[in-house]
Amino acid sequence: MNRNKILYSGAIILAVTFIAALLVALVLYSIGASPLATYKTILTGPLSDLFGVTEVLVRSVPLMLVALGIAISFRSGILNIGAEGQIQMGVIASTAMALAMPHAPKAILLPAALMAGALAGAVWGGIAGWLKAKLQVNEILSTVMLNYIAAQVYTFLLRGPMLDPNELETGSGTPQSMRLPEMAFLDTLVPGTRIHMGLILALVAALLVWMLLWKTTLGYRMRTAGAGAKAARYAGIPVERYLIVAMLMAGGFAGLAGAVEVSGVHHRAIEGISSGYGFAGIVVALFGALHPGGIVPSAVFFGILLIGADMTQRSASVPANMVLVLQGVIILSIVSAQSFLRNPYAQERFFRWFGKFSSSARKAGKGAQS
Amino acid sequence: MTPSLEPISELKLEGITKRFPGVLACDGISLQVRRGEVLALVGENGAGKTTLMNIIMGLYRPDSGSIHVNGEEVHFHSPGDAYARGIGMVHQHFMLVPNMTVAENLALGLKELHHFMNLDIKGAAKRIREVSERYELPVNPDAYIWQLSVGEQQRVELVKTLCLGARLLILDEPTSALTPQETDDLIVRLQRMASELAIIFISHKLNEVKALSDRVSILRHGAVVFNGQTANHEPSELAALMTGHDVVLPRNEGSGIQGEALLSVQNLCVRGDRGNLVLDGLSLELRAGEVLGMAGVSGNGQREFADALAGLRPVESGQILFGGKDLANRTPREIIHAGMGYVPEDRQTEGIVPSFSVKDNLILKDFAEPRFSKMAFLRKKEIDSNAEVLKERFDIRCPSTSTATGSLSGGNIQKVILAREISRGPKALVAVYPTRGIDMGAQEFIHEQLLARRREGIGILLISEELEEVMNLSDRIAVIYKGKILKVLPAVEATRERLGILMAGLADPDSPGDEQAEVPAGVVHE
Repeated sequence: MNRNKILYSGAIILAVTFIAALLVALVLYSIGASPLATYKTILTGPLSDLFGVTEVLVRSVPLMLVALGIAISFRSGILNIGAEGQIQMGVIASTAMALAMPHAPKAILLPAALMAGALAGAVWGGIAGWLKAKLQVNEILSTVMLNYIAAQVYTFLLRGPMLDPNELETGSGTPQSMRLPEMAFLDTLVPGTRIHMGLILALVAALLVWMLLWKTTLGYRMRTAGAGAKAARYAGIPVERYLIVAMLMAGGFAGLAGAVEVSGVHHRAIEGISSGYGFAGIVVALFGALHPGGIVPSAVFFGILLIGADMTQRSASVPANMVLVLQGVIILSIVSAQSFLRNPYAQERFFRWFGKFSSSARKAGKGAQS
Repeated sequence: MTPSLEPISELKLEGITKRFPGVLACDGISLQVRRGEVLALVGENGAGKTTLMNIIMGLYRPDSGSIHVNGEEVHFHSPGDAYARGIGMVHQHFMLVPNMTVAENLALGLKELHHFMNLDIKGAAKRIREVSERYELPVNPDAYIWQLSVGEQQRVELVKTLCLGARLLILDEPTSALTPQETDDLIVRLQRMASELAIIFISHKLNEVKALSDRVSILRHGAVVFNGQTANHEPSELAALMTGHDVVLPRNEGSGIQGEALLSVQNLCVRGDRGNLVLDGLSLELRAGEVLGMAGVSGNGQREFADALAGLRPVESGQILFGGKDLANRTPREIIHAGMGYVPEDRQTEGIVPSFSVKDNLILKDFAEPRFSKMAFLRKKEIDSNAEVLKERFDIRCPSTSTATGSLSGGNIQKVILAREISRGPKALVAVYPTRGIDMGAQEFIHEQLLARRREGIGILLISEELEEVMNLSDRIAVIYKGKILKVLPAVEATRERLGILMAGLADPDSPGDEQAEVPAGVVHE
């Protein structure tokens, strides 16, 4: 019974991915690119050498962290669309923390910078959680609006108070902060590449989130609040409190992703540092079935898509933004597929069809043997 | 879809078999029903009734067997195909859009009313009036669904199905959400309609089956175990065939002497969802070791009373004294810890988290207790073994304790809830409509459980609208009317008629002392 269900879900997800790819192929075709060549570049290009592989992983780190937070919030019944703003808040706070103590030892400075980022993201997410819990403000509206506010605050700080003084005196005036002291850097894992300790951090975080959600009483409370608010209240679980807790955690993970981008990759706050990870993280989380075990491979897969899209821009002159189209189509396909996944009648039809197929295949097999 | 021109004179199923992974849902079922006849299809939850009907409606395809309409074999691929041959179904859960009018709801399903840039609502309303007149089913086409009572919505479903051209009606447990009065009304209407139509009436309430049907077919484990004329068989006989053993609903044979007061509710005032005072000075006392039945037509404050007792609804004024503490306006957590058990009315979404496994639902209130958690971590082994023990003890029928609880039948969901509430060892148990829509076998089991807990000294408040249930189980019966307790009488003195009169808010005929129905607040008659 259970195996059948997994088989069915697997088949639906494969079919959905295929349909999404087909739809994007139409778009590619319409802009005059070769869909096959594009897909080939996207999927194989990034993995053709060590540097490509490490770059994929570099991209997957923030995706993983953001998606883990998204999974916590979605599982707790609150839809966090505000990871983008929470990332930016995390970037600001961790940068400020690192720049404030330039002479602190690494054992203090690095954790302090990462913690500051997580905390700032948590506060930014917590606002939406608090608004939802106390004033019933729809979290989708509030998180999207908080994204706009965060973007403006970020721009203001980078162009004003936090702007690197060197840029003003000698540079081009590029809006970016001062470079972080080296004591605030995450170590590189493979010399000569950009892959950093953040990957280990994200993998550990995935394990912790899994344990939190499925092994602890706190996770049980949060999942109950998300899966059945009415039953949760009946059982004495204060649902509103866990909405706030969930948003604090979701924001914390997004903020941490921002901090990790600063101390692992860019080593300073720059414009466009979040590069859409806040939104892509939602796709990663949904594609990973809101489960850490799915999110890790899903983040790597989207890392491949991001790097692959850069490559197609160069090799096949397909704009890298095509990946955004692909992401959008995948979200729509996954959400649409939910109705099939939950429909027992569709499932019955699938197995009728599958049963016919496999029995005729068996017959054909027997025919070949005799 | 166009209504079939040719009326249905006969629907015949031959050897319908349907297998799901691990389950034989229908095992060679043969049935027939003719125009002018009501066939009752009875069976416990999970006997295969609904699967069979879904096969007739074209939602499932049978593995083998055939369906014949007027002697001609048919193959339905969707409900649309079934409607085209005049077969329509009213589902147990209504398929109506609440913020649309009756006419708009009909128009949703009638393609011929959809013209380019124009929807013929007037045509829909006209069609509704015709049908509602012809079958004596009064329905106002311009009323919004949300304004209608459950009984009226049921009529809308019937009218809608008839408007879509159905001449053979399949009614899937049509009375499960109705009050007793609405049920009686529906049965009378269906009897009248039956002369022109064919009706398949799915139910496990045998008195309704007896009242309405001409013939009865009983399903057990997916097979027809009995076919016969309803008039020749007693309900008890049918119940035994349905469950496979003699069903004797247990009765409270108590002496009538109970322990001390356990729960004392005084002058309770509670507001309803619309802000009006739904409970208006309700007073009541529950003693240890008794079943106190609360009878009343639903909507007289029962739900709000239960909510207030569980801490799920604010109390305006008054006290809920339980074990020496006032529990009014305490959190659900505090009330649970005080030793109050609660079987809620809404078992699907309040009593359980449907997507959670059976074992997770069994610890819904106790997951943080030392028994099931250690240092904030859940103790998986303990949770597993707890589930296995309770599954056995409460006869919860599920493939495994990891199955999603929402996929179980109503009776088994109720057993999960009861298992959790009882195994927690409460001092008092509030059970709201505990057997509504549940089959005989499970009902028998639940009643036995409640009486066994009574013998152990637990005080049980049983809120129900089934008079049989209240009279069978209670030591005392309190009648609630418009947010007040009208009268509390010993169960031995209660008769159906007397309770019925009290439930209607009329003066009690058997106690001349009552001049008025509206008893002053706070006065409890013993």
